[in-house]
Amino acid sequence: MPYYETVFIARQELSEAQVSELTDTYTKVIKDGGGKIHKTENWGLRTLAYRIKKSRKGHYVLIESETPPAAMLEMERQMRLSEDILRYLTVREDKLSEGPSSILNKDTRDSDSRDNRDSREAA
Amino acid sequence: MNMTTPDAATAKRPFFKHRKTCPFTGPRASAIDWKDVKLLGRYISERGKIVPSRITAVSMKKQRELTKAIKRARFMALLPYVRTEWDGSSPR
Repeated sequence: MPYYETVFIARQELSEAQVSELTDTYTKVIKDGGGKIHKTENWGLRTLAYRIKKSRKGHYVLIESETPPAAMLEMERQMRLSEDILRYLTVREDKLSEGPSSILNKDTRDSDSRDNRDSREAA
Repeated sequence: MNMTTPDAATAKRPFFKHRKTCPFTGPRASAIDWKDVKLLGRYISERGKIVPSRITAVSMKKQRELTKAIKRARFMALLPYVRTEWDGSSPR
């Protein structure tokens, strides 16, 4: 079964509990469709690079799954209907990632400036 | 021949690698991932545009992957499409 990686942005008015509840509903859709959840990650409330539907911040959630495409399409259909989801992006992967998915999780806002300085000195 | 540094250089970006090797090929090169904002941030200009591979010395194959990743990150609002004013909180 193909591997998929879905990231969706939920409205900032939602509380953390609502966001995890939202995630559970979507992971349930995948499980019902016969898929397997490899990993879910909540990147928390992040400021968006530009305004989407009048909001500046959004809850980012990542779901990595191995599922038949039908279940994925069903999940996407529900995301389209839901008003809480500002935007979603599903990408088909050829292999699943290990560990925390991206440096996005580890770096905090302040470490960005330091990295820039380090890389500049290194150059 | 070493890379001539373009005079209208915005020195801040680490593009002045004198060795002209592609940062993504080679044994310990990092994978290109659209969620990796820090890595992608190094390959967009101050205005948020994608920097051409003749400046960043990225191989064509990796530049295409990079472009796709940057466009996905822009769609998901991890990277801006255009950056006008430099408010304090800009990721750069």
